[in-house]
Amino acid sequence: MSEELASVPLEARHIEHGGKMVPFAGFNMPIQYTGIKQEHLAVRNQVGLFDVSHMGEVEFKGPDALVAVDKLVTNNVHNLVDGQAMYTAMCNEEGGIIDDLVVYRLAADHVLICVNAANRAKDFRHLSMNAIGDVEVSDNSDSYAQLALQGPNAQALLSGLTATDLGGIKYYHAEFGAVAGVENVLISRTGYTGEDGFELYIPVDGAVTIFDAIVAAGEPHGLALCGLGCRDTLRLEAKYLLYGNDIDETTNPVEAGLNWVVKLDRDTNFVGRKSIEIAKAAGPSRRLRGVVLQGRGVIRNGYEIYAHGEDTKIGHITSGSYAPALEQSIGLGYIDINHVNDDVVDVDIRGRRIPADVTKKAFYKRS
Amino acid sequence: MEIPSDLKFTKDHEWVRIEGGGVVAVGITHFAQDALGDIVYVEVPDVGDPVETGGEFGVVESVKAVSDVYAPVAGEVVEVNLALEDAPELVNESPYEDGWILKIKMSDEGELDNLMDAEDYRELLDSE
Repeated sequence: MSEELASVPLEARHIEHGGKMVPFAGFNMPIQYTGIKQEHLAVRNQVGLFDVSHMGEVEFKGPDALVAVDKLVTNNVHNLVDGQAMYTAMCNEEGGIIDDLVVYRLAADHVLICVNAANRAKDFRHLSMNAIGDVEVSDNSDSYAQLALQGPNAQALLSGLTATDLGGIKYYHAEFGAVAGVENVLISRTGYTGEDGFELYIPVDGAVTIFDAIVAAGEPHGLALCGLGCRDTLRLEAKYLLYGNDIDETTNPVEAGLNWVVKLDRDTNFVGRKSIEIAKAAGPSRRLRGVVLQGRGVIRNGYEIYAHGEDTKIGHITSGSYAPALEQSIGLGYIDINHVNDDVVDVDIRGRRIPADVTKKAFYKRS
Repeated sequence: MEIPSDLKFTKDHEWVRIEGGGVVAVGITHFAQDALGDIVYVEVPDVGDPVETGGEFGVVESVKAVSDVYAPVAGEVVEVNLALEDAPELVNESPYEDGWILKIKMSDEGELDNLMDAEDYRELLDSE
């Protein structure tokens, strides 16, 4: 059975540069170029360039744009100023997570929402069906290419290609500017790697120009082309959640550790509010926790978690990998509430129980 | 894609080197290590363990994927490559030499006739 794969604007470039192409969320995307470990470490130590054009962009335009978005997300949109971004969950009435999003207030009457590729159609349906007031909602995903330039050298590299004062863009803020001669690029100081860096929302016709310019300017900065493989290992080390693995419609923000983006101290009766309030009052039955394997082996999605030294199943892994910067295996998983404060659990790796330390912190934090 | 002519191969992309004395060394091919990507863990059986033809004897894990490895012939494990414990990347860097995985004392040397030679293996790769 072969399904038609969508092409990103830079597909030919990926193939030309030796990208190993795989189907991902309906797109033909590079999983790696030279190797996941090498690309991962380039982002940690120098700078890496990712094509993330598969991500979707939904825009709200009109006088009620802010009010309408605020009604649909758990975080408080009214706290944003122009050019500011925020991370949030979007829930259904039951409090289940429809998607996790980055919301940009571009103007008082204009909001841009970055959605996960696999959720694009579902999110647009939910957003447009539930948008209230004088606002127009459009799925503009095909009008944007998106590149992520991530790593300690990202600003130095990008500053050679734009007149925009990048140092003036604070974390989770964004500004329109010209990059490599392409106008109207939204330059956002955000990312999914745990490093400093930028995500560029590019009018689709400018994608190749900007990609080529970054590659051409990259060498002195140690630029590596990066695939989705290291995007996943980087985000896991930084303990960023992956929709479809760590969160989905069967998980709520309380158990997923997303209370920090649920703002109940506001009047908005956002979708899912009642259910989340009930879940919060009752207390979660399980919590998402990080685990670090003590011994050899690799934690994988779906592996079962047991109480240390006992035959009691207490949860399951939702994301697991070898962590290239830490040189050990790490994972995220839901653990029954009675065991969330255990220091050590056992992960069942193909029939062998290997002890793992439980942590509430990010596995990796940039210094 | 490197395929040494003195080795035998399986359809599961393992190679076999005849070491003499009824012993063979076993590893995964250049193609297999390339498809897996950066290898970060190799799980091997204990010396003395029996292995059956086509039976799983261990696991090779890359950053992204878990792959079972199957015994090309039946017999007893007589040696495992302990260097892989600290340096699993040897399987990537030197799949046919330093990255060997284990050695098997064959219970039936006639089984070698069931394996592919380099030419057959190249054809298999071309057809995939």
